[in-house]
Parts: sequence; C-alpha cells; structure tokens
Amino acid sequence: MFALRPEVPATVEVFVDGAPVRVPEGASAAAAVLLAGAAAIRETPISGAPRLPYCMMGACFDCLAEIDGVANRQACLVPAAPGMRIARQRGARVAFEA
Amino acid sequence: MRDESFDAIVVGGGLVGAAIAWGLQRQGLAAVLLDEGDVAFRASRGNFGLVWVQSKGLGAPWYQRWTRASAGAWPGLAAELAERTGAEIGLAQPGGVHLCLGEAEFEERASRMARMQAEAGNAGFDYRMIGAAELREMLPGLGPAVTGASWTPYDGHANPLRLLHALHRAFVAAGGAYVPEAKVTEGEAAPHDFAVLAGGRRFVAPRIVLAAGLGNAALAPLFGLSAPVRPQRGQVLVTERAAELLPMPVTTIRQTQEGSLMMGDSMEEVGFDLRQKPEVMREIARRAVLSFPWIGRLNLVRAWSALRVMAPDGLPIYDQSARYPGAFTANCHSGVTLAGAHAHLLAPMIAAGALDPALDPFTAGRFDVRAAS
Repeated sequence: MFALRPEVPATVEVFVDGAPVRVPEGASAAAAVLLAGAAAIRETPISGAPRLPYCMMGACFDCLAEIDGVANRQACLVPAAPGMRIARQRGARVAFEA
Repeated sequence: MRDESFDAIVVGGGLVGAAIAWGLQRQGLAAVLLDEGDVAFRASRGNFGLVWVQSKGLGAPWYQRWTRASAGAWPGLAAELAERTGAEIGLAQPGGVHLCLGEAEFEERASRMARMQAEAGNAGFDYRMIGAAELREMLPGLGPAVTGASWTPYDGHANPLRLLHALHRAFVAAGGAYVPEAKVTEGEAAPHDFAVLAGGRRFVAPRIVLAAGLGNAALAPLFGLSAPVRPQRGQVLVTERAAELLPMPVTTIRQTQEGSLMMGDSMEEVGFDLRQKPEVMREIARRAVLSFPWIGRLNLVRAWSALRVMAPDGLPIYDQSARYPGAFTANCHSGVTLAGAHAHLLAPMIAAGALDPALDPFTAGRFDVRAAS
C-alpha cells in the first residue's frame, strides 16, 4: 500500500518485528512500520484489537510499539535510526515484574 | 412565559445533582435537572474516582457514618444503574490503604485511626495498621521509603465519568427532564412553592434542591439557605495504561479498570484558578514514585486540575430551608463516594419532605456564630 518516493534514497535500515526494511533518513519508526507492510504494530490493552499507525502526528497513540526494548513508544514521534528494532506492543505495558 | 411544572427542581447537573435527581425520579417524582453548561467549573469532570471511607470524619463521627452508609449503598446503586442503562461503572470495593512514608507518618496515622475507632463507638470501625513487611506481600514493588499503611475494608473506587453518564441516562430513561445550558438566573421562593428562570424558561415545583457545587454559595440565599462553600484546587496526573498491578486503591494512587495509574490528592487554596502548577505536579509524582518506584517508568499522558467544593470545616452541608420548607441544599467535595447516599438515602428524605435527624450535624447553621456561642 505504501511506497517510497523514488527521488529519496532509502539509506537507514531498521527491523520491524525482526524483518529488515530501509527508509530514508529522517523518516519515523511509524513510517518504517507502514513501509514494511506489517499487519499490526500493537494490540490494544483492553480488547486486544490490532492497530497500525494512523494520525502520524503524535495524537492518536495507535502507533505504540516496543522500540529498542522500550515499551509503549509513539513510533510516529521517533526518528528511525540504523539498526533500530521496532517490535509489536502486545497489550498493556508491564511496569513491574515481581 | 409558560410555567413548566414538576414535582422537584434540581439545580446542578454534576454528580451530586444527578444522583439526587435520579434518586427522586426513582421515588416516582417528576424531576427537572437544570445544568448550567460547560462554562461551569465542572468538578464532576475532574474527579479522582475513589469511593473512600477511611480518612473521613475525624472529630465528626456523623460524617464517618454517612460516608460508610454511602459506601454500603454503592453496590446497589451500581447494580441498578447497570441494569437500567447497561453502564459498567467499574465499581470495586476491595478495601484500601493509606501509605505512610517515614516513621513519623506511620505513628501519626496509627493515632488518627485509633481516634476514629474510639469515636465510632457502637458503629464500629474496622482497620489495621500494617507494617512494611506484610505490606510488601500485599502490594507489588513498594518503595523502601514506605514504612507501612492503614487499611480498612470499606474503601474502593469507580470510574467517575461513567458514573456521571449512567446517572444522567438512568434519570432520563425514567422520564426525568434534563435541561442543558440552563443557568438559574432568578428564583422565587415561598413555602413549598418555588419558581426559577433558567435558559429562557420558567420552572415551578413544590421542592427545589440546590446542588450546583460552587454555584450554591450565590443561589442558597435566594431560598432562605446558606452554603458557604469555597473552591479548593486539586491536581491529577494520569499515566499510560499498564498491566494490572495494584489490587486495591491507595489514598493518592489508584489503577483504573483500564490500567491507567491516577495520582492526586493535592490541595491548594487559590480561588477560582484552574491552572496547573508544575511544583504541585512534581510533588504528586515524587510521592507516587517513593511509594511505587516502578511508576517512574511510566509515561504521563494526561494531567488536569479541578476545584473541590469545600465548606469551612471540609464536611458536607445538607439543609432544608426553615423559612421556605421544600428548599434543600446539598454540598460536598466527595461526589463519587457519596453518590450512593445521595441517590438512595438523601433523595428519599427530600421526596418525603424532611431530612433524617442523622443529618442534623450537617446543617450550615453550624457556621452561625450565634448558634455556636
């Protein structure tokens, strides 16, 4: 569904749920998720519904992902960096483990 | 202008007014609920959501009894609202704890709770002071600064916005008339005969209940009543949703049904000022993180302030006008906790035309110098 603009070189390699994808410098982690064609990037805490990035401007929180091991990050506000690992956020964040 | 006639006029569409209006409608009265609109201070949109008993009524055991009675009425209220509206209010009453940071706080709390129990007399007051070791078994990831807690079985919490919504829906579904954008601009009073102008309409009834929060201060004198309430600001911080960790609410921290952590319980005397203050937000967060260090790892997603409706002694005010019988006031800063009492205990009294003597100590007459001297 989403494609790169041909005039912008995709030079930054990140991993979306383990799969490599290359995006242009300055693109967000959420853009990488969309470009990777992932079916979902999070499952909601209450109903477990699958979600993908939506507003792309920090308002809707539908792009929450685990980025480099940190849970519940808004992927649309995080610039993609080489080697970044963007993983699915499954349900609510676990704040403490006994 | 045509008179619109009802059995009761309730002024104020927040938690207090909506609970009473629903309670009156439930008693078979035809009530009209006049709601000023979003220009009002809307304390009921800023609530923390505790159904809280253990800290209420030191030196005033009648307030402890009234609060306990409300906590006892809550399950019936929640069940009835669920049945009539399908609303899930998220009531849980697993008991609650008040955390103490440092030995001095623990000692002070222990002495306070002992006095509460002594004052309760035959009504009883179950509580325990719980030391740090046992508390660590009850609550996950407690910080080292926590020295213990007081616990009572009476405490709980609920979703205050869903409660407000459910009260409105139940009221309207039972035939109640809800009128928004209806600030009361004029009132006429005679015994058991009241008229108000609101939103360009004129409403008449043999009963009127003033439940307009901070607006009661100006309204009460029109009906031979007094409601010396002032604003007291409270601020609330809310985190992102987290997997369930807190099995029970804490005085200043609760985890909602959906997983958000709410933190609050600040008190500021700043008049009608709804701004937020970073120093206060920082102090709320600091105490929360001392209590549960893992809260510091969560992101805050929302914060707000709201104005409590405070009487000079912090207790509710309930009165029927001596000059104009049929006019009542209800004022409090615990619209959630007292919702059970307002809907199921106070409304039947108002419908019957007399407040129970158990409510006598709540009269605004207690602030009258002549009466007190």
